[in-house]
Amino acid sequence: MKLQEYTSSSHNFEECMKCTVCTAYCPVLQVNPLYPGPKQAGPDGERLRLKDPFFFNYALKYCLNCKRCEVACPSGVKVADLIQAARIKYDNAPVKWRDRLLASTDFMGRLARPVAPIANAVTGLGVTKTMMDAMFKIDHRRTFPKYSPYSFEFWMGRHEKEQAAFSEQVAYFHGCYVNYNYPKLGKHLVKILNALGVGVQLLDKEKCCGIAMITNGMKTEATKHATHNVEVLSKAVDKGLMVLTTSSSCTLTLRDEYPSLLGVDNSGVRDFVMMATRYIYEKLEKGATLRFKPDYKKKVAYHTPCHMEKLGWGVFSEKLLRMIPGVEFTMLDSACCGIAGTYGFKRENYEASQAIGQPLFDQIKSVNPDVVACDCETCKWQIEMSTGYTVMNPISILAEAIEYEKEK
Amino acid sequence: MSNNEFDVIIIGGGITGAGTQRDCAMRGLRTLLIERSDIATGATGRNHGLLHSGARYAVNDPESAEECIKENMILRRIASHCVDETDGLFITLPEDDLAYQQTFVDACRKAGISAEVIDPELAKRLEPTVNPDLTGAVRVPDGSVDPFRLCAANMLDAKLHGGQVRLHTTVTGFIREGDTIHGVHTLNLNTGQERDFYASVVVNAGGIWGHDIAALAGVNISMFPAKGALLVFAHRVNNMVINRCRKPANADILVPGDTVCIIGTTSTRIPFEECDSVSVTPEEVTLLVTEGAKMTPALSSTRILRAYAGVRPLVSADDDPSGRNISRGIVCLDHEERDGLKGFITITGGKLMTYRLMAEIATDAVCRKLAVDKRCETATTPLPGSGERSYEEVARKIWEKPSTAQKAAAARLGSNASRIRTRNRLDEALICECEEVSMGEVKDAIEHLEATTLTDLRRRTRIGMGTCQGEFCACRAASLLANAHGCVEREREDLKGFLQERWKGNFPIGWGDTLREAEYTQWVYKHVLGV
Repeated sequence: MKLQEYTSSSHNFEECMKCTVCTAYCPVLQVNPLYPGPKQAGPDGERLRLKDPFFFNYALKYCLNCKRCEVACPSGVKVADLIQAARIKYDNAPVKWRDRLLASTDFMGRLARPVAPIANAVTGLGVTKTMMDAMFKIDHRRTFPKYSPYSFEFWMGRHEKEQAAFSEQVAYFHGCYVNYNYPKLGKHLVKILNALGVGVQLLDKEKCCGIAMITNGMKTEATKHATHNVEVLSKAVDKGLMVLTTSSSCTLTLRDEYPSLLGVDNSGVRDFVMMATRYIYEKLEKGATLRFKPDYKKKVAYHTPCHMEKLGWGVFSEKLLRMIPGVEFTMLDSACCGIAGTYGFKRENYEASQAIGQPLFDQIKSVNPDVVACDCETCKWQIEMSTGYTVMNPISILAEAIEYEKEK
Repeated sequence: MSNNEFDVIIIGGGITGAGTQRDCAMRGLRTLLIERSDIATGATGRNHGLLHSGARYAVNDPESAEECIKENMILRRIASHCVDETDGLFITLPEDDLAYQQTFVDACRKAGISAEVIDPELAKRLEPTVNPDLTGAVRVPDGSVDPFRLCAANMLDAKLHGGQVRLHTTVTGFIREGDTIHGVHTLNLNTGQERDFYASVVVNAGGIWGHDIAALAGVNISMFPAKGALLVFAHRVNNMVINRCRKPANADILVPGDTVCIIGTTSTRIPFEECDSVSVTPEEVTLLVTEGAKMTPALSSTRILRAYAGVRPLVSADDDPSGRNISRGIVCLDHEERDGLKGFITITGGKLMTYRLMAEIATDAVCRKLAVDKRCETATTPLPGSGERSYEEVARKIWEKPSTAQKAAAARLGSNASRIRTRNRLDEALICECEEVSMGEVKDAIEHLEATTLTDLRRRTRIGMGTCQGEFCACRAASLLANAHGCVEREREDLKGFLQERWKGNFPIGWGDTLREAEYTQWVYKHVLGV
């Protein structure tokens, strides 16, 4: 009998050897002394919480869920998962209205889209921001993402037949941002894939991935979304389709957070969900070609979103951008921008959020690129608001750099 | 009165010695406790930490069972901050005879132990980690008790009643005049200072080493050193004590203790010479894990933190080779009656659970000799720290918004946690991160609980008991100790010894993932800490 060759525990917390590397990599700890740090909040705290939930520490709410601790851990401890799981399990305080509002990206999108111009004008007003700050503690210094007057799903509906004509097909999990705020990114992806001879189809009514619900303690709602999404993803996978994404956080949630934080089994679909940049890069590696505009010129600085670091796929976005003739590429230092989805919108986190992002903002300013590239929409809002530089998804840059006649 | 004269000197800082000193001191006697090492270094600190309901002994040793359940109920009252009222299960597995359950339950009831037969399904709900194949379950009032805290609380209370404590001091001989013991010659092992202390009565509470102490006084007691090996797992897997419902055997008790859980034990007779250097063999580890996994399958894949062993101070009765059948009963020897040696008493046998009763019996004997007529009050007077009902209440009373470390301190010290200084952020800084021990708590242990070495600190605060086994906390705490006694060199030696001791517990379990973890820890020591 081979005793105890391997040991295991939930989220691997017991494998922690207290080397404290995670603590050195935590962006929050460097700016917020109230946060106990990933090791404390994660594997250390877990041992006490197992004894008695009384030992749960409410300061765990300061965790960004950036997952940098997990990337740093040499022992495979799921530090951030432990922290999020503890928050879900032990934080019994009712979810604040403000957090519900911020987390319900899907619902807010549906509400705002038909009245997009008005909604955009109103959320941009100083008086609205002051009111939201006073009523909900949503920081008045924040800029809100604009809503699109039409949804991406609506646009796809009008191009369904034309997409179905392609012999090769993929499905696209567009997420709330592409659907309600920026359908253009979706269109850019369709353009590139069409140029590669691939047609795009929607899933059978996807829902918000639920990441903001998870981090805001709305487990029941998040689990509903997860169960629904796994179901519609399965339908696509059963048809033999890969499911592409353009948001790193949605991707991480669909692939990793569903099983480890919500207990939703996604083993049948996980390996078929992939960032579009990886899919396109691999296709090009295998011999597919794209025609680039001969006169395209752009100085691009790439910021790897934290969740992209966790996926380990930043390299695909980087390689794709470097492939574009005329792109002068700079890889920005690995650092968190500080927004972490809804985190930075909360008044109590504003200062910390900006302090965390400061080194990144400074580096962007010193590189002075034409555009910052980044696969995450919330990083985009944060960087645009804090530096004034335009941020584009690598997919949008690639779409802009290629020639394809059928562009609509 | 000279400061080296006492009414009674107690030799041995285990739970029996500390308990006896408390009882004597509470009855108004001038007391001195002498311990060659630290409190709770022998069998007191090397067991399960099980708050026995007595159920384990009900069938074979009804007398011990009755003592256990009575003391169990007393300890819940007087030492609430040392006790975790988890309750326990006696489970029957498919390989066990279910008929034994009835014998067991009958014996428990006879001894006054509540034993409730419950549906195996209910047992699984109460304790989800229990082997799902169980065929029967009985619920009993088992629990867990922290022997270090219990020992420290007794010592502290003795001091509050005027008692004196000399740790790291060994008895080198007895001061004897004819057939009467008048005191002891001692040597302080830290300072090298030799001193004589006088008392009308000397109590030998040396546990298994009581054999040697008696020999030093010229009398013979025939002890039976029975080694028991245990394994500590790195986290609290179960929340209820789990026992096998069969005749007591090896590795059939799993106790949740604070942040860990402990499986044990074995029972092997060892020679007296080995009592100071017991170690755990690979065969014992295999036995403990294999048998433990039968009760709680998760143990086969849960990280083992360390292996350790203790020696039961049993008193020989017959030729039982393992010592399993020897009564755990209390033995109090008045050597005047037994050997014609006046002023000398030995209190031994017994167990952690019955320490208070042992202390009461020994103190009664002391009082008889001194013609003191005072009643024992240890069964009703709470120990220092156990004033509140729960550590939640303690923490909330002391701190408005307790941090995790403050909550942990409340759980360790009870209401005495209010002693911990929180004047500045440095006091709140963590020394031990695994167990959440603040600098304030370590300083408190140095100032109020007689801690002079890292190992002393470990017993009082849990530093170094967590998953990293002293990786960072040892160095941090060493600096505080060096400050406290103003000597860096001595502390460097102490640190070396402490880390060696931690490694010792790692050797018997060094394979698989544990080996990888040990290797990584080694790197941290070498390259980060420069040890």
